[in-house]
Amino acid sequence: NSLKTSLWMCEGENWVDSRTVYIGHKEPPPGTEAFIQQRFPDNRIVSCKYTFWNFIPKNMFEQFRRVANFYFLVIFLVQLIIDTPTSPITSGLPLFFVITVTAIKQGYEDWLRHKADKAVNECPVQVVQNGKIICKQSRRLRVGDVVLVKEDETFPCDLILLSSSRDDGTCYVTTASLDGESSHKTYYAVQDTKAFTTEEEVSCIHATIECEQPQPDLYKFVGRINVYMNNEPVARPLGSENLLLRGATLKNTEHIYAVAIYTGMETKMALNYQSKSQKRSAVEKSMNAYLVVYLCILISKAVINTGLKYLWQSDPNRDEPWYNERTDTERQRHILIRAFTDFLAFMVLFNYIIPVSMYVTVEMQKFLGSYFIMWDDEMLDEELGERAVVNTSDLNEELGQVEYVFTDKTGTLTENNMEFIECCVDGHVYIPHAICNGQEREELFFRALCLCHTVQVKEEETVDGIKHGIHQGKSSSFYISSSPDEVALVEGMKRLGFTYLRLKDGQMEILNRDDEVERFELLEVLTFDSVRRRMSVIVRAGSGEMYLFCKGADSSIFPRVIKGKVEQVKARVELNAVEGLRTLCVAYRPLSPEQYQQVCHQLSGAKLALQDRDKQLAEAYDIIERDLILLGATAVEDRLQEKAADTIESLHQAGMKVWVLTGDKMETAAATCYASKLFRRSTQILELTTKRTEEQSLHDLHLHGVFYLFSLSGDCTDFGLIIDGATLSAVMRPGQEDSNSGNYKEIFLEICRNCSAVLCCRMAPLQKAQIVKMIKASKEHPITLAVGDGANDVSMILEAHVGIGIMGKEGRQAVRNSDYAIPKFKHLKKMLLVHGHYYYIRISELVQYFFYKNVVFMFPQFIYQFFCGFSQQPLYDTAYLTLYNISFTSLPILLYSLMEQHINMDILKKDPSLYKDIAKNCLLRWPIFIYWTVLGVYDAMVMFFGAYFLFDNTSFTSNGQMFGNWTFGTLVFTVLVFTVTFKLVLDTHYWTWINHFVIWGSLVFFVVFSLLWGGIIWPFLNYQRMYYVFMQMLSSGPAWLSIILLITVCLLPDVVKKVIWRALWPTTTEKIQVGAITSMETLD
Amino acid sequence: MMPTSYEDGHISVSGAGGGSMPGKKPENTAFKQQRLPAWQPVLTAGTVLPAFFIIGLIFIPIGIGLYVTSMNIKEFQIDYTGVDMSSPCYNCSQNFSWNSSRPCACSLPFYLDQPYDSNVFMYYGLSNFYQNHRRYVKSRDDSQLNGNQESLKDPSKECEPYAWSSSKPIAPCGAIANSMFNDTLELFYNDPNGSKVQIPLTATGIAWWTDKHVKFRNPGGNENLPAAFQGTTKPVNWHWPVYELDSDPENNGFINEDFIVWMRTAALPTFRKLYRIIQRKNNMVPTLPRGNYTLEVVYNYPVRSFDGRKRVILSTISWMGGKNPFLGIAYITVGSVCFLLGVVLLIIHHKYGSRNNIAT
Repeated sequence: NSLKTSLWMCEGENWVDSRTVYIGHKEPPPGTEAFIQQRFPDNRIVSCKYTFWNFIPKNMFEQFRRVANFYFLVIFLVQLIIDTPTSPITSGLPLFFVITVTAIKQGYEDWLRHKADKAVNECPVQVVQNGKIICKQSRRLRVGDVVLVKEDETFPCDLILLSSSRDDGTCYVTTASLDGESSHKTYYAVQDTKAFTTEEEVSCIHATIECEQPQPDLYKFVGRINVYMNNEPVARPLGSENLLLRGATLKNTEHIYAVAIYTGMETKMALNYQSKSQKRSAVEKSMNAYLVVYLCILISKAVINTGLKYLWQSDPNRDEPWYNERTDTERQRHILIRAFTDFLAFMVLFNYIIPVSMYVTVEMQKFLGSYFIMWDDEMLDEELGERAVVNTSDLNEELGQVEYVFTDKTGTLTENNMEFIECCVDGHVYIPHAICNGQEREELFFRALCLCHTVQVKEEETVDGIKHGIHQGKSSSFYISSSPDEVALVEGMKRLGFTYLRLKDGQMEILNRDDEVERFELLEVLTFDSVRRRMSVIVRAGSGEMYLFCKGADSSIFPRVIKGKVEQVKARVELNAVEGLRTLCVAYRPLSPEQYQQVCHQLSGAKLALQDRDKQLAEAYDIIERDLILLGATAVEDRLQEKAADTIESLHQAGMKVWVLTGDKMETAAATCYASKLFRRSTQILELTTKRTEEQSLHDLHLHGVFYLFSLSGDCTDFGLIIDGATLSAVMRPGQEDSNSGNYKEIFLEICRNCSAVLCCRMAPLQKAQIVKMIKASKEHPITLAVGDGANDVSMILEAHVGIGIMGKEGRQAVRNSDYAIPKFKHLKKMLLVHGHYYYIRISELVQYFFYKNVVFMFPQFIYQFFCGFSQQPLYDTAYLTLYNISFTSLPILLYSLMEQHINMDILKKDPSLYKDIAKNCLLRWPIFIYWTVLGVYDAMVMFFGAYFLFDNTSFTSNGQMFGNWTFGTLVFTVLVFTVTFKLVLDTHYWTWINHFVIWGSLVFFVVFSLLWGGIIWPFLNYQRMYYVFMQMLSSGPAWLSIILLITVCLLPDVVKKVIWRALWPTTTEKIQVGAITSMETLD
Repeated sequence: MMPTSYEDGHISVSGAGGGSMPGKKPENTAFKQQRLPAWQPVLTAGTVLPAFFIIGLIFIPIGIGLYVTSMNIKEFQIDYTGVDMSSPCYNCSQNFSWNSSRPCACSLPFYLDQPYDSNVFMYYGLSNFYQNHRRYVKSRDDSQLNGNQESLKDPSKECEPYAWSSSKPIAPCGAIANSMFNDTLELFYNDPNGSKVQIPLTATGIAWWTDKHVKFRNPGGNENLPAAFQGTTKPVNWHWPVYELDSDPENNGFINEDFIVWMRTAALPTFRKLYRIIQRKNNMVPTLPRGNYTLEVVYNYPVRSFDGRKRVILSTISWMGGKNPFLGIAYITVGSVCFLLGVVLLIIHHKYGSRNNIAT
């Protein structure tokens, strides 16, 4: 019990909320404390939003939460209830259409998520029950189940390792899909259970586990296991080294037994997911802002008209002249009710000014438009056979607005694949496959690299189960190490002729150039640590000579070298580092037997020390690794993805800030950043890392220091910042007592804003999301984009405005949770610079045009109220009111918003700076919106008063007959449809045959429809007001002439504005457009 | 806008080794790659210039033509509302009452200072009369007017409060029909020799052909209208039932042209409607020679209660209809503006156009 208390003591304060797990669901023996049975969720992962039953109510609710849909529902209801100028069908039909289309789309998307969830939840898991292996579906797994996981399988939930097939009770795990680190990590089985290695044995384990309730931090875990041996509990501490996380993969270990402690949505992986909230693009936000403006216009119009109506009606002879009396029921209604009904009627009359169809069109545009991304052959990866995937089409245009790009490193920027590039011995450079002239020093160098490592050789079993050694077939064995660099080096040596075979009985075997096996006895390994930044081995050659081989970072080797061509090697190392290669220096020291004895003595002394063992070891290492003779240096490349540097450069040119967020260590990450041209040689790097800022107070000072550095060297523009997770969490920590920490955040943001590139290393997944969130919340509210390939990037992908998944080697989680997925990082360039740019241009025109065309549509009707006694008389026929947005003017703009290419896509790719032309949502700013609205009002005035003066008390047919109000409305409407379509014609820069077909086709459709609509007495209508109106109008010469005149007058100012602006204040885009034409003309 | 050039129609397939993934690769079309051949026009001063000049050159002559035509149209208006004490119709307008069985008559002399040569169209004009008021516009039953028997007996609710009168359906129902213009206007030429010649007025051809022959129909054909309208009653303000509007069976009942003209509601509160046509007899004599005329009015239609005005208009008609200088002036103005803009753009093009090209 004393042990137990001490555990309670040491395991800290936060042990309040804990859970108890019975391994194999076995009750603890009586006599121990009575545990309360807890309920845990099953192992189901849920990412879908709806179920079959709640789809309709939940989806309806979500849809009507949108301002526009709700608005139209209200209009529809008002039309149903009161006597309004237009029939409920005019708004009910489009609304029904919108809701249905959206519901079908969302339902389909959720069905896909259901399918994905089902695949995950139903994948088989092997569970030990009563000494037998039973296959269960993953979702049926419960806390307390003992699970058998085989090599290369993914853990189905968070597990405590009980035993492993390896003798020492360890297992290797790669957490690549969790935190992006592809290296193998070692996990340890519980001391008292590691001996139970068969099903039967495992099922006799009688133990309970107490541990904390689930929390999202991947690296933190505290718990305790009580193993009952002969009813006597033995308590052992559990830490994160015992916890296998869902999503990680078992490697290099045949099988393990483990017990489930966190399942389903309580696993650390699931907790690191963030709830998938609906993302809204900046364009949609502008749209909503405009909507509010138009709503105000609408309400003020209705209020003004209602007010004027009652003012005008105060004379009873106007209110109710003898020829136009009310019914008795109307007369009896209270004046306030009448006024309110009138107000509502005006609202209904003008409701078209809020373009309902815009939402349908935007929806369709996004949905259909996303196919162009999926179809794009330039984003097809031939190797994987994968194309870009669009998960959310809602954000197409946001791709054109990105200001910050947050990218993962491993697997995103790099191939996640180390490769040996060259080595340099005494200033001579060797690359793989080159013929070496066999100097003694070189051979020593190669041997050094073959020996100085901790690589394991993994022999793969072939299909028929016969173990193939290296002698039989070289391809059947491969190297495994926690450091991919070492693997690359050993493999590089293999290509240079020295093959590391294996470690057998303390003997390292090397196959040299002459196909002879050389054996070296491995005496000591001085393991790598990040403070020393080097490692060493002491070996005894077959001939009896003893050597110490040391390899490490240049900065830690050079000061210890006493001999060798330091200058040449140093030059080469620097050159390689600049190119972004990861460099290591190799040195050796021959040891005499006496020296070796001394070394042995020092080491064993340190190892046996009970206090300050680490410190003593470090001192011993420091003494041993001295007086080295420099052999040479190596260069390894974590190969960048194809064109990654070019892509980053383009993104920089396009005005985006690129941040690399990685869980990797700083040196590696920094090297990649150099290689990918994120940092240049000229970039001034500022480091904010724990290594530099050991103590909190120091750290604060450091931040200030950096800040001052900035203010001092303001003239140097190219800054890069490196920060690590620990420092970052210190910066981000919400203020304790002092308010200073808030300032640090601001200072940090200020620094970040001034840096062209930022590297954040050692990031936990949630920290990545925090960074994105912090930038999102900074005062400019920039648009962010996150790219990643692993599950560790999911949270940041979900947090950023746009999340992009790379279809990498680390599973499909990032892809599944992303908004868009692309096969390779390089495809980001086309995605943003071409597709994003186009979609932004397209949708901004779409939005502006829609508001414009509805202003033009409704404003004449507003003016008409002044001429019809404010009686809510519609100017246009019901059919025109309904079909104007649905069919007469909808297709051309939809097609425009799918096809428009204001600039050739090759130019867009070649000249990334064009992206800046549309930055900051510039096509949807208020001045431009006001311009469109003013243009709309102007056009409406021209149309209405043009028709008004034409109708001014005269006949305009040669038979002297008169036209009525419907002809008046039809004339205005005809001008309206043509003007609005021609406005789009003027804006279209890309005329394919489809554009011609649709634009001219929709005008023809309008004419044909009007002829047909007025050509027949429609039996189902209770009015025949449009009968022959259109044809009578066309039979009149002045009507034709005035239509032509009014269209010309409407379009004139816009054309003049365009031409003059282009001539006097051209934007880069416009210059390029003109330039393209000129160049084409000269070519012709 | 001017066609600049067609990009050649070649379809570039990007990405190496186009055919290596035959199964996975959907068929590649220029459309899917957004590389359809396209015409890419750009509006610049240079391309728009010619269009402006052309518009100017076309619009100005059209405008002049329209203006001259409009100026050649002769039009004469006379207001007979009787607002002034001096007006001959003052008494009629003052003593108006719906119930008076005796019609009030008044006559207005006027002088035409130039002869009207071609057909002359006689309009009545009303001001401040809101035929386009919503309550008014919808107060009709098109189905009834189309001769539908059911609607005849059961008029649409839209006609309220003019649908039923003393529990009989009104035919034609509704506010529009009820308020039909019912002044009688006659024109006399005061021959210099002292005699008063009545000018023959044609009452047909004043409504749209399609209205008269398709949209408006009497229930059960044009014969025996009183029987067809059995069981209905006349609109409250009418003096006669609908089948007594005219003696001509082809112009009686719902297909009476005066009625049809009235039923086409006007767009604006001041409007005119065609009343009669004065046909030209022969080429030698003008239709209306210069001289003194008298307009005889049977004053039935009250407008003073809502400050309305009544007019009679005599007008000749050209191919472009009645007198309306607006269109001609507008054409001339727009044409000139375009021409001017063309000049301005020419200057801009010369000053800045070359600069842009160098810049790119």
